[in-house]
Amino acid sequence: MYRIVKKRELNPTVTLMEVEAPMVARKCEPGQFIILRVDADGERIPLTIADYDREKGTVTIIFQIVGATTEKLNHKKEGEYLQDFVGPLGKATETEGLKRVAVIGGGVGTAIAYPVAKKLHDVGCHVDLIVGFRTKDLIILKDEFEAASTNLIIGTDDGSYGKKALVTDLLKEQIEAGAQYDRVIAIGPVIMMKFVCLLTKQYNIPTVVSMNPIMIDGTGMCGGCRLTVGGETKFACVDGPEFDGHLVDFDEAMARGAMYRDFELHAREETCNLFKQEVK
Amino acid sequence: MANMSPKKNPMPHQDPVVRAGNFQEVALGYTKEQAMDEATRCLNCKNPHCVEGCPVQIRIPEFIAKVAEGDFEAAYQIIAKDSALPAVCGRVCPQETQCESKCVRGIKAESVGIGRLERFVADWHNANVAEKAVAPASNGHKVAVIGSGPSGLTCAGDLARKGYEVTVFEALHLAGGVLVYGIPEFRLPKTIVQKEVDGLKDLGVKIETNTVVGRSITIDELMDEMKFEAVFIGSGAGLPMFMHIPGENLKGVYSANEFLTRINLMKAYREGADTPIMPLKGKKVAVVGGGNVAMDAARCSKRLGAEVYIVYRRSEAELPARKEEVEHAKEEGIIFKTLNNPTEILGYNNPDDKRDPKNGSVCGIKCVEMELGEPDASGRRRPIVKEGSEFEMEMDCVIMALGTSPNPLIKSTTKGLEINRKGGIIVNEDGLTSREGVYAGGDAVTGAATVILAMGAGKTAAKAIDEYLSKK
Repeated sequence: MYRIVKKRELNPTVTLMEVEAPMVARKCEPGQFIILRVDADGERIPLTIADYDREKGTVTIIFQIVGATTEKLNHKKEGEYLQDFVGPLGKATETEGLKRVAVIGGGVGTAIAYPVAKKLHDVGCHVDLIVGFRTKDLIILKDEFEAASTNLIIGTDDGSYGKKALVTDLLKEQIEAGAQYDRVIAIGPVIMMKFVCLLTKQYNIPTVVSMNPIMIDGTGMCGGCRLTVGGETKFACVDGPEFDGHLVDFDEAMARGAMYRDFELHAREETCNLFKQEVK
Repeated sequence: MANMSPKKNPMPHQDPVVRAGNFQEVALGYTKEQAMDEATRCLNCKNPHCVEGCPVQIRIPEFIAKVAEGDFEAAYQIIAKDSALPAVCGRVCPQETQCESKCVRGIKAESVGIGRLERFVADWHNANVAEKAVAPASNGHKVAVIGSGPSGLTCAGDLARKGYEVTVFEALHLAGGVLVYGIPEFRLPKTIVQKEVDGLKDLGVKIETNTVVGRSITIDELMDEMKFEAVFIGSGAGLPMFMHIPGENLKGVYSANEFLTRINLMKAYREGADTPIMPLKGKKVAVVGGGNVAMDAARCSKRLGAEVYIVYRRSEAELPARKEEVEHAKEEGIIFKTLNNPTEILGYNNPDDKRDPKNGSVCGIKCVEMELGEPDASGRRRPIVKEGSEFEMEMDCVIMALGTSPNPLIKSTTKGLEINRKGGIIVNEDGLTSREGVYAGGDAVTGAATVILAMGAGKTAAKAIDEYLSKK
């Protein structure tokens, strides 16, 4: 069992949890992920590592409440335990030799972009961190972002904070203004990563995306996380989760990601009803 | 005087129509009377060939003689000397190509039902003997076992009985490997696997779940930092293989591993399960492949309410699955499309509505008919495409059961570990790899094979590890 040492609500649908998992904390690197189960009959869900503390032996995850499992997870309190927590899985982000990078995050994906930006920033790389949210109230981790970037650019869909612009527009502005990027790293909704890649392709900037497909074991056994990269089938759990964004078939990834949408909506509703009954 | 009946006592089964709608065990097991009667069919040969046919050399005539006497616990103790998992092997071993294929009774009539007797004895013991195994005194040597499937459990059990301090590292949240994620409940009830695992714990074996060797920890760290003196790699087969035909990543295409893991490990078939699986009631499913895994996937699909087809490119005679599994599948109403090979999986696409949720889902498969030509390298007749035979079948789900290729995690994180062209770990006859103190066995070495072969490899390695560490 894995103890939740800290829980913080970042916005109404996004929560941060710091979990005691020394075996994961001792080796994990930005870009890698964990798989957890909330309780004994729980589903296995992959979540990217948002931060870690090797000395304390803790790993931080940040999740958005989208389905029954994340709903249940969000009901766990500080001091309570998670059934399973395994990792680190996948390959770490390659940061070697990079001088100037734009790290792009959208929505909850910004939480995953954070450790990558931090690592790059720590090794002296110039980091433009471009993050987008729907509206001001949903902005998370602003202080952390500032500390992990040379230049923090925040945009909102409705203009309630920063520029009213999509992250692609903000990135384009930087490129047009003369920023010379060795690499763009985009982490967020698949649709956002797709459009970032379409943009960077025009400028020929190498672009890495972090894929978060449906997955069960996370160790290269089930093949559920497969996607097409450069015409070849790849497994996000062992070959990724990061891939050359200019080669990923995003449309296929979006379709596959929606495979259990009906189930998820229904299951979440049921879980919510259960929790409501408990409250009564 | 031996019982000269030419036929085995038949195995009682759940009725095919009933069982096709539930996940309970298909074969019900012998009664005491049936077992004792079957045991009297054994001639107790002076030179028992059946033992040669067994990868772990169970002393078959000896245990059968005890069954005939009605001393079932004595029979169990004889089996337990050589096999760590009798209740499992009695159910899933391909006896017809191993022990039973060598039985002299099998020359003129049916062989003795060795597998059925093994199962009976193990079940009798589990139901009637509460006595727990006792951990022997430690000999002070630490051994790490990677993977808790059949090879790892066997290796761990053999070493623990000799006094080694054994820790098993398992990547998943539950021990058992393919016995829990792969083989369905109706062939191997999970309570039986749990019992075998608990038995090992009683022997003092530690099981660390949620530990991915190669990621959470490496083999070098196990040896250098955690001071394990020897390591056994039984990490099993890995990545599922696909055909590389168009449409394989459509929604509704599963690898057999994923499909079976959702059902067996995650219990997605149960009402209210947290883990989803595609609803298959009234749907059409094609399972591509002809091995035991294909049969398991097909029979699970059937139990979820689907109309199920096995699509296999050779003829029925070449099906690699056990005959018994094929027969069970047929009884349950699975339709065999042998000498057919898929060339494309067809996807639904509504050009008028890009947001149609059915877009990107499987709606059919395109196949060609095959005929058999000259034997190929495997000795089986090579399937050749019949010209102009292309046809389409409507389908909602396609399950690829084509085997697996070894997992790259351990080899990529262990220096000096040699692998063969196919990615399998290279070992000598003792299971020793190219690294001192590191042994391997099971599917990680051979590629996808059987439970009992993996157990045999675990056993061989345990013996070699014992010899290696006793000299140290």
